[in-house]
Amino acid sequence: MNIEESKDFLVSTASLKEVRVFSREVFEKLKLEQDLKDELVLAIAEAAQNIVKHGYKGVDSTTDRMQIKISMKDSELEIGFFDKGKAVVPGNVQHRKLDDIKPGGLGTFFIKQIMDAAVFKKDEKGWVNHLVLTKKIN
Amino acid sequence: MTYKVTEEGNVSTVFLNGEIDMDVTEKAKEVILPLVESGKEVHLNLKDVSYMDSSGISVLIESHQKALEKDTKVIVKEVSKSVLKVIMMAKLEQILNLE
Repeated sequence: MNIEESKDFLVSTASLKEVRVFSREVFEKLKLEQDLKDELVLAIAEAAQNIVKHGYKGVDSTTDRMQIKISMKDSELEIGFFDKGKAVVPGNVQHRKLDDIKPGGLGTFFIKQIMDAAVFKKDEKGWVNHLVLTKKIN
Repeated sequence: MTYKVTEEGNVSTVFLNGEIDMDVTEKAKEVILPLVESGKEVHLNLKDVSYMDSSGISVLIESHQKALEKDTKVIVKEVSKSVLKVIMMAKLEQILNLE
């Protein structure tokens, strides 16, 4: 089944639940198995959280919105994240070492564990950052 | 997220309920950390936690480390399947006290 759905959200921690609800609704339509759905929802929520936490670091509140686009074509799942936060330097996006046990730094690790690829692309539609997560769905 | 705290002797049990994400981690820490700092043994019951992300995992790590500082312990009990998967993905099942 091919699908393409997108939704925008206020950049806020309060939107994270809404992000999960949107993601679950899309994956429900794709009839993915529960464990896979849970993992994908986690990856999307972590990426959205990174926008709120890092892209808008030091910003108490904003009216900016972020957009999430989920598409599936020929068993290739692609999830796009668009935001107008601080420009991400891809080389600086790293997770902490797992044996360095401390709070924080796991979101990016989870995304990399779950998805096949996470790539920042140049956006031509006026957004600052465009992250694309992909995964082949068997 | 909602919670309930019960006390029995030197053990405080925090029953967490719902989804734990970045939006509620401060609230979770405000409940859990003072109990740990008071030197009590704290049991975190997660049977009704349906979702936890890296922020929630950070609360578990911080609580565990604070307990070590205070020479007490935090025991994570009745972890739901979905949360256990996240704990295992972070390779923390041998670090946190899971029961």
